[in-house]
Amino acid sequence: LGIIIMKRINSHKGVLGIIIVNNDGIPIRTTLDAQVTVQYAALVTHLASKARSVVRKLDEQNDLHFLRIRSKKHEIMVAPDNEYVLIVVQNPNAI
Amino acid sequence: MEIYYMYTKLRRDFGRHPNLADEPAEVLADIRPDSHISDSFIDRNPVVTTVAVVPDMSEHEANTEMVEYKNSGMYHLEGGWPKDVDFTEVEHTIRYRKKVEKDEDYLIAISQLGAQVEELIKQNNAIDIYEEYFTHDVVDHSSEQPSAKTLTVFRDPAHKKGITRSAPYISWHPDGGRKMAVAYAIMEFQQQPDGMPVSSYVWDVNNPNTPEMELAPASQICCAVYNPKDPNVLISGLYNGQVTYWDTRKSTRQIDTSPIENSHRDPVYDICWLQSKTGTECASVSTDGNTFWWDIRRMGEPVDSLVLQGKNDPIVLGAVCMEYDPAAGPTKFMVGTEQGTVVSCNRKAKNPIDRVGASYTGHHGPVYALERNPFYSKYFVSIGDWTARIWMEDLKTPIMHTKYHNSYLTGGQWSPTRPGVFMTIKMDGTMDVWDYFYKQNDPTLQVQVTDQSLTSVKVQESGKMVAVGAQDGSVTLLDICDGLAQMQTGEKHAISAIFERETRREKNLEARQKELRLKAKKGAGNTHEVELDNNPDTVANIEKEFFDMINAKKDVDETNPLEVEIGA
Repeated sequence: LGIIIMKRINSHKGVLGIIIVNNDGIPIRTTLDAQVTVQYAALVTHLASKARSVVRKLDEQNDLHFLRIRSKKHEIMVAPDNEYVLIVVQNPNAI
Repeated sequence: MEIYYMYTKLRRDFGRHPNLADEPAEVLADIRPDSHISDSFIDRNPVVTTVAVVPDMSEHEANTEMVEYKNSGMYHLEGGWPKDVDFTEVEHTIRYRKKVEKDEDYLIAISQLGAQVEELIKQNNAIDIYEEYFTHDVVDHSSEQPSAKTLTVFRDPAHKKGITRSAPYISWHPDGGRKMAVAYAIMEFQQQPDGMPVSSYVWDVNNPNTPEMELAPASQICCAVYNPKDPNVLISGLYNGQVTYWDTRKSTRQIDTSPIENSHRDPVYDICWLQSKTGTECASVSTDGNTFWWDIRRMGEPVDSLVLQGKNDPIVLGAVCMEYDPAAGPTKFMVGTEQGTVVSCNRKAKNPIDRVGASYTGHHGPVYALERNPFYSKYFVSIGDWTARIWMEDLKTPIMHTKYHNSYLTGGQWSPTRPGVFMTIKMDGTMDVWDYFYKQNDPTLQVQVTDQSLTSVKVQESGKMVAVGAQDGSVTLLDICDGLAQMQTGEKHAISAIFERETRREKNLEARQKELRLKAKKGAGNTHEVELDNNPDTVANIEKEFFDMINAKKDVDETNPLEVEIGA
C-alpha cells in the first residue's frame, strides 16, 4: 500500500523524488540515489525538528504541520509526523 | 580684580587628620555694581535657554577585531540505525526496512502525509505563487532624493607596513564587474621610500579583506586596464615607462614587458585597448610626449609611435590621459595634456604631421580625464583645473562647463547607463554626480567620500557601482541610487537636445566673433556689409519662425479658449 501511494505522488508533474525517513533518520523508502538520500535525510530532519521546536516554543499547543523550502531550483516539501517524515522534492516550474 | 584667601598650615601639622569645624560665613570681597560698566552692556530680552531634566548620556562605539571565516562542509554518513542492525550489510538494512513497512502505523502515517503533500504538489503545478508581475515596468525615480551609499572600502595591503601609496587607476573587470584591478603607486617624483612594495592588486568586490590576485611588476604600476575583449588579460603602464601585459589565469608575474630602450621616458599615465581584429593592440601615452602603439604579442618594440606636437608648434605636449572610442572612429583618439589642451589625433593620416589634428584649449591646468559620451560620441567631457568642460568635436570652445569649484578636479567619467550623468572627483575628497537631465548648474549629488584627495574614479558598467580611489590608497566602493543609474523616460532625447542647443549657441557666438573681428580689421567698408549679410538673414528667419509659432498658438487659443495646451 505504501508503494502505491509513493507511485501516485511520483507521477505528479515536476516531482523529482520522494524520501520517507523515520525518526531516527533512517531512510525507509526513497526514489533518489543513496548518496543524495542520505544527505537529504540528515539535513532535512534536523531542519524539520528545529522548525517544529520553533512553532512549539511560540505556542505550546501548536505543532508543525508542514514545512516548505522553496529554492531557486526546486521546492522541498516536508510533511512531519510523530514517527516518520515524508520529504518530496518538486520542481514547480517544470512544464 | 583679585580675590584671594590665604590659608596657612604649620609643617609639623602635615599629615594629620584634618579636623573640620563649622565657621560662620566671612565676606571675602564685596563687589558693588558699577553703573559705568553697565553702559557697555545691552539688555537682552527675551533670553532663550534650554532646560532639560534628562540625565547626561554618552555614546560610544566599538568595533571588534575582524573574525576570520572559513567555509567547510560536512560529510553525512548514515546514522540512527538501531544497535542490532549493521548498516554496512545490505541484507540487514533491507530486512529492517521491510519490517518497518509492515508496521501498521507506518501505513496510516504515510497515507495521511501523502494526501497532504499531494494537495500541495497540485497547488504548485496550478499557479506559480512567486510570479513577478511588474518586472518590465520602468520605475520613475525623478522624485526621489538622489543618494549614494558606501558599500566597502578596500585598503592597500602595503598600508599596514606604514607606506602610503595612492590609487591612481582603477579598472573594472569587463564581464559583469565583480572584480577590479587597482594600480597602487606613489606618483610624486622620487618620493618612493626604499623597500616600497611595487605590487598592485586585483580585488573581488565581495572580499574587501584580502586581494584576489597580486600583480608583481618590475616598477610600480601607474595605470592598468582590462582588455574588454578578453577578460583575463590586463595591460599596465609602469612608472619607469615600460608597458607590461598580464594574464590573470597564468601567474602573478608579467607575461611580457616592453624593453626600457623602446619605452616611454616618463611614467605611463594612460593606456587604452584598441579595436582590432586580433584584440591585442593597445596604445600608451606619457608625459614625455610620445604615444606608442603596441601589439601585446610582440612587446619588443612599439608598432607605431607619434610625438604630440601641434602643427606649427615646437612644444611637445606631455600627455596625462587618453580617450579612445571605437564608435568615433577606429583610428581616431584624443589625448589630454599637461599643458591644458586636448588634442585629437588620427593615427592614419596621410602625412605624419597631419596626425595631430584639432586641439582644444581652455583648461588652466593639466587635463586629468577625458571621455566621450558613451551615447553621443561627438561630445566629450574633459576634466582639469577647477572645472569640467563639455566639448563638441567640431567646436574650439567648450559648449558647456561647470562652475569653478573650490578645489581641483582630479578625475571623472560619464555614467555608462545614463547619457546625461557624469561623476567628477575633487582634491578635497568629494565626488560630485552631475545630472544634466535634471540640473545643469550644480551637481545633483555631492558625496564626501573620504577626507583624502581622490585620485581616480571608475563606474562599473551597470552604472550602479562606482569605485573611487584616494591619495591614501583606499578604494571606496559606492552604490548609487537607482534614480541616477537607470535611464529616465525621454532622457536620451532631452540630453541630445541640450547638447545640440548648446552647440548651436556656440556656433552662433563663434560666427558673431568672426564677424566682429573682420569688422575690426577692415573697418567700415563695403566688404563689411557683404560679410554681415548672412547673419541678419538667419536672425530674421529665426524671428519669423518664432512669431509664426506664437501666432499659431494664439490662433488655437482664440478658437478654443477652454482648451489649455500643456507643454509644447
